[in-house]
Amino acid sequence: MTYMSVETEEAKLDKFMERIESGDKIEADDWMPDEYRMTLIKLISMHGMSEIMGALPEKEWVPRAPSLYRKLGIMAKVQDEMGHGQLLLRVTEDLLIPYNKNRGDLMQDLFTGDLKFHNVFHMETKTWADAGIIGWLVDGAAIITQTDMLKASYGPYSRALQRICAEEVFHAQHGESIILALAEGTENQKAMVQEALNRWWEPLLMFFGPASKETTGSSKQDLTIKYKIRTKTNEEFRQIFFDKYIPRILSLGLTIPDPTLHYDKESNMWSYQQPDWNEFKKIIKNQGPRSEARLNLRRHSYEYNSWVRDALSATIS
Amino acid sequence: MTNAESAMSQEYKDALESLLFQLADDDFMYAYRGSEWLGLAPHIEADIAFSSISQDTMGHAAMYYQLLEDLGAGKADHLAHFRPSEDRKNSILLERVNGEGYYMETPHYDWAYAVVRSVFYTYAKKVKLDSLRESAYLPLADVALKVRMELYYHKMHWDIWFKQLLNSTDVAKKKMNDAIQLVLADFGDVFSFGSHKQAIEKNGLIASEEELKDKWSKLIAPLFQSVQMTTPIIPEPSDKNGRNGKHTSDLEKGLATLSEVNKVDSAAVW
Repeated sequence: MTYMSVETEEAKLDKFMERIESGDKIEADDWMPDEYRMTLIKLISMHGMSEIMGALPEKEWVPRAPSLYRKLGIMAKVQDEMGHGQLLLRVTEDLLIPYNKNRGDLMQDLFTGDLKFHNVFHMETKTWADAGIIGWLVDGAAIITQTDMLKASYGPYSRALQRICAEEVFHAQHGESIILALAEGTENQKAMVQEALNRWWEPLLMFFGPASKETTGSSKQDLTIKYKIRTKTNEEFRQIFFDKYIPRILSLGLTIPDPTLHYDKESNMWSYQQPDWNEFKKIIKNQGPRSEARLNLRRHSYEYNSWVRDALSATIS
Repeated sequence: MTNAESAMSQEYKDALESLLFQLADDDFMYAYRGSEWLGLAPHIEADIAFSSISQDTMGHAAMYYQLLEDLGAGKADHLAHFRPSEDRKNSILLERVNGEGYYMETPHYDWAYAVVRSVFYTYAKKVKLDSLRESAYLPLADVALKVRMELYYHKMHWDIWFKQLLNSTDVAKKKMNDAIQLVLADFGDVFSFGSHKQAIEKNGLIASEEELKDKWSKLIAPLFQSVQMTTPIIPEPSDKNGRNGKHTSDLEKGLATLSEVNKVDSAAVW
């Protein structure tokens, strides 16, 4: 019986991989290997929680946005991000069913540090230009990685991404519009953008993750490629980002804070100064400049309002 | 009275501007207080809905400020960001903080207060908009029609929260009742037109204070009945009538935040 059962699992796995190879979509109720399920849970919960935690640095600028037009734009943008978080957590919740875990558990995992959120959202924001850089370049970077997964083998994630990517394009335009106004503005405004770019450049390079797992000790890129969740490596994403944004940044009269940056014609790749990957390791362990403060804000409001969730569940029962 | 600015008497124009400032400043402050809640609501769905309502409401404020700009009162952005607190016409209720603490730190925001303030204000806004559809000033009647379509959903949203929390745990009921008392204490100037009352009413810009109050009480009565409560009596405006530019320090601090970036260089394009 044991032998039969093992063989059946293998047969299931073969069939599963055949489906993936043929471009078939896996749905929430379909059989899937644990490794696939766990890879999806890690990826999508981190994506979802990053959307939610990512609302916090931008939220700092919502009331302070400098005109009614900008206030409306950034309010819509941050609301979208929370909406993406909700969509993605719903996708994750379905995957968590066999483990008897729910959204509350994900929130606790965030608070204990077991569930990570993207490095960029651990950074401080200092001026209005940061709101522009986040929209333009952070969302721009996210569009690159997320559009690659539009055809992901897991159907619910791929469908959520269709909507998310469509909205992210508006976000990048919103950010670009803020940056254009500043870059074409007063000397003070130009200096504001340059200073923000100087601070965000390294976090942006880190956003795509290290080129190989040797840098930080682990990487999910091999698994996500194996299961056709995504197609490109971290370094390929980073190079696409350079191709797309270096000319745009330079055309605004801004300087990229890396004197070694150049296009290497032999390798057909951008050569650049590596960010401090030790700093990256600290950030993803929640030891970044604003990691604790943002987690604390989320944790505190979650606990402070727990009476509301208690009240809602009491009403239902 | 025609809509052409040139044909307006000074009294009419002053009354119209005063009313528009009341409507604009109310929505501007409500949207601002709502936006401070971003990322902090009790669950993610509530966060999305509340931020959508705040965003809609900021849009309503922008439309009213635009009507003022069209009347020659100044640029909409300037009116929203740079008028000092003594020129502001919003009700005290809308400037009140969400709870203790600054939004940039770790504030103790009170969800019961957010729900009750939103319910009371949304009902007040509804009866005003119902009346504004018939306003003698047609551009305002047109705006009211647009705003009213979105308000339908805001009201539905806050009704659900109000009923759910008041039909639930003792903790929730206590917090909601405390919040009702807090909101009522500031509710007196919501229907006040301040010193322009007579001119606003005489010129048919909107229904009278008394008529609006009566409509509010009738409109909200079924909601209170549904939670086995008596409809509260609207208090008289206190000495601090926001419609006459009397405000609390909460407004001063809020305005400093709202205009912080623009003040870096108010002549620049942002």
